[in-house]
Amino acid sequence: MQSVNGLVGHGALLIALPFIALGIIIVPVAVKRGRRDWLELAYGAVYANFALMTAAALAMITALVTHDFSVSYVAQVGSRETPLFYTIISLWGALEGSILFWAWVLSLYGMLVVAINKSRAGNLVPYAAMTLLAISLFFAILLIGPANPFLNVSPVPANGPGPNPLLQNHILMAVHPPLLYLGYVGMSVPFAFAVGAVLSGEAEQNDWIKVTRTWTMASWGFLSAAIIAGMWWSYEVLGWGGYWAWDPVENASFLPWLTATAFLHSAMVQERRGMLRVWNLNLVVGTFVLTILGTFLTRSGIISSVHAFTTGTIGYYFLAFITIVLVFGGVIVAGSSDRLRSKGKLDSAASRETVFLLNNLFLTAFMLTVLVGTLFPLVAEAVRGVKVSVGGPFFNRMSLPIIAALLFLMGVGPALPWKIASKADLKSKLIPPTVGAVFLAAVALVVGIRDPYGVVVFAFVGYAATANFREFSIGARARRVARGESWPTAFVRLVEGNRRRYGGYIAHFGVFFVALGVAMSSTLRTEHEATLQRGMTMQIAGRTLRLQDIWGREEPQRQVVGATLEIMDGNRVTGTLQPRMNFYRTQQEPVPTPDVRSGVLGDLYLNLMAFRPDGSTATIRAIYQPLVPWIWFGGGVVVFGAIVGGWPTARRRRAPAPVVVPTPPSPPPTREPEYAA
Amino acid sequence: MNWKRATIATAFVLPVAWLFRHGLTQDPREIPSPLPGNAAPQFSLAVFAPGQPPLERPIGDTVRLSDLKGRVVVLNFWASWCLACRDEHAGLSEVARGYAGKPVTFLGSLYQDTPGNGTQWIAEMGGQSYPSVNDPKALTAIDYGLYGVPETFFIAADGKIARKITGPAPPQVVRHILDSLLVTTGSP
Repeated sequence: MQSVNGLVGHGALLIALPFIALGIIIVPVAVKRGRRDWLELAYGAVYANFALMTAAALAMITALVTHDFSVSYVAQVGSRETPLFYTIISLWGALEGSILFWAWVLSLYGMLVVAINKSRAGNLVPYAAMTLLAISLFFAILLIGPANPFLNVSPVPANGPGPNPLLQNHILMAVHPPLLYLGYVGMSVPFAFAVGAVLSGEAEQNDWIKVTRTWTMASWGFLSAAIIAGMWWSYEVLGWGGYWAWDPVENASFLPWLTATAFLHSAMVQERRGMLRVWNLNLVVGTFVLTILGTFLTRSGIISSVHAFTTGTIGYYFLAFITIVLVFGGVIVAGSSDRLRSKGKLDSAASRETVFLLNNLFLTAFMLTVLVGTLFPLVAEAVRGVKVSVGGPFFNRMSLPIIAALLFLMGVGPALPWKIASKADLKSKLIPPTVGAVFLAAVALVVGIRDPYGVVVFAFVGYAATANFREFSIGARARRVARGESWPTAFVRLVEGNRRRYGGYIAHFGVFFVALGVAMSSTLRTEHEATLQRGMTMQIAGRTLRLQDIWGREEPQRQVVGATLEIMDGNRVTGTLQPRMNFYRTQQEPVPTPDVRSGVLGDLYLNLMAFRPDGSTATIRAIYQPLVPWIWFGGGVVVFGAIVGGWPTARRRRAPAPVVVPTPPSPPPTREPEYAA
Repeated sequence: MNWKRATIATAFVLPVAWLFRHGLTQDPREIPSPLPGNAAPQFSLAVFAPGQPPLERPIGDTVRLSDLKGRVVVLNFWASWCLACRDEHAGLSEVARGYAGKPVTFLGSLYQDTPGNGTQWIAEMGGQSYPSVNDPKALTAIDYGLYGVPETFFIAADGKIARKITGPAPPQVVRHILDSLLVTTGSP
């Protein structure tokens, strides 16, 4: 007999299916007959989908928490020994649960899109809702068919194996996947609006781009945070002291990030100059296709990766879906491209448009490079029947010049005006950043970076950071002169006056931090491995480590062996670190838990590599990597920039006007004021 | 709608779909092993754990693969620090006892471990029916391209590797493989 959880969950999924189908069918009929009132039914279907998916997800969480092993997914990932926290988050710990979570996030987005935009005139929102429902339909079919998490297990097992050990070893497992889903699934919304724009004939206007931009910004912020959180997780859990390995699925999360970043920039060109309209449509559709491709790669088992789940027939469902999306996307973009040809023209090579164009060119080239590297093993196997793997050397070599170019452009773009820049303008704009570039290049050489790309990255970050900083300082100075505001007030008001623009610059600063962190930690990493007895010491990057103890403890779900090391400054102990090794019954290899001491300037990273079972010696790998925390901090800054730039302003406009209405900041000469979002 | 352009744009979908469909038929985890079907790498290792009668061999005795020609050899790599080996141990020991008297030799090979730990572990686990040898520098493990422990190799009577099992070897699978190998070699 099926349990209540199983019945509720399975039932909710089954009921959702006809609602979704109904919603999809109603929209075109209602639009064709001009019956706006029928659209309410379609919107009702969107809400129903959200309610039912929520019910299914809650049923699954209840089943997990109550150890209801009659539910197949719980029998697969649950265990009575797993701590409650990891039991709850094992909702996304394996294939079926992650598809359920995906479907729930998608239904949440659908509900939000309709709730926020449904009063909008025209047929953009109805068609967008229809598109989102169509994507939901696919996931609902998966959940009822090959990825059903609510199958009945009989006889009911007394206990289960527990989640994959790697997924129950760190708190970031509660952060990285939901952020990734919010970012990844969120890219469905811009796609839905793009489809809506083409189907409703609004693609020629630029209005849909504005709505789409806000949603893209939100998803992009989530995706940025997810990528950084994933790097952090890999750094904290996998024990290799690295954070990025060009793993196929890391790449899969990075690909849509690149096209979404390109879109956030080129959307500005369309809004201001009416150019790049077909291109923007391409980017939005392409971003969505890349998220589906990423899901396909992760969930079909087609590529070997730490993220891949073992699977059955689900790959073929994804194959069908991805084919439909590609055909549909191709038809939408190519079929409407005639109508969308640009009106505007580039006025000058030295203009902000040009820089955005180059930025898009490089971001797209970056995307294609990573895409080729990721899919090449598939091609090689299909064509020549050989197994190849494309690793770090290819990606690093191909991407470093592109990254350098992008950093450079980040310094040029903000300094150039729209349309055309005068010579004098260029001179005054480009000299201070050059000084910044020389300065940081010198810093790089002084701290010991000898890798040419490391120095180039430092120089370009110096260049771009100066240029971006000047945007703030010049604007704030103008406000001080004009209104007598203090520096902090002037800065805050400046950003408030054009959050979108300054949010972008803030995000740039986040990227600079990440770039410096990556450049430093990858070029100046030192590593030392030693086998120690208690009381023995080892040296790493000018620090002394003393092995104080080797210990073991029994936990319900695992055995833990750890080493306690003291960090010594002369004879003074300044801290202790406890790298551990965890032995799970279900896993052949032990799962390490490295211990890290982070400082502003760098990380001391210890990993327990081996130990004698009698506890007499422990082998410790110590790694010192400068500036690694800057990467996480930079990620935070990027997200902050996205929040500043993307937070909707609509609500504020409706609020009663404040007593003192601040006038917009006086624009610097030769530059038109830009839109607020 | 410009249908001509739309059709052209979607033409590229076909090769992509074909590529993915082909990819789905392959197993990315299956890395071609140079071993099955090829001659098993030779080894010559000293016994540190004697096993139990009737499969017993004296401690210090050197086991050479070349001496085992004509017999099916089950070579199981294990270690005392390996949790999965614990799950596998009782079943494998039991199967080996069942094939006593047939032309089958079971052999454990200790991987990245010391004979002292290994002996203690065997005692803890309640004994092992077949002997185990020590592979001090893991050279044999390297020759066999070991991924991890446990891993079990089946060497046919002609000295070629017939099968291998990664991870704990289920007793019924071991029996099945052995029976088929004994049939094909036309055992007495």
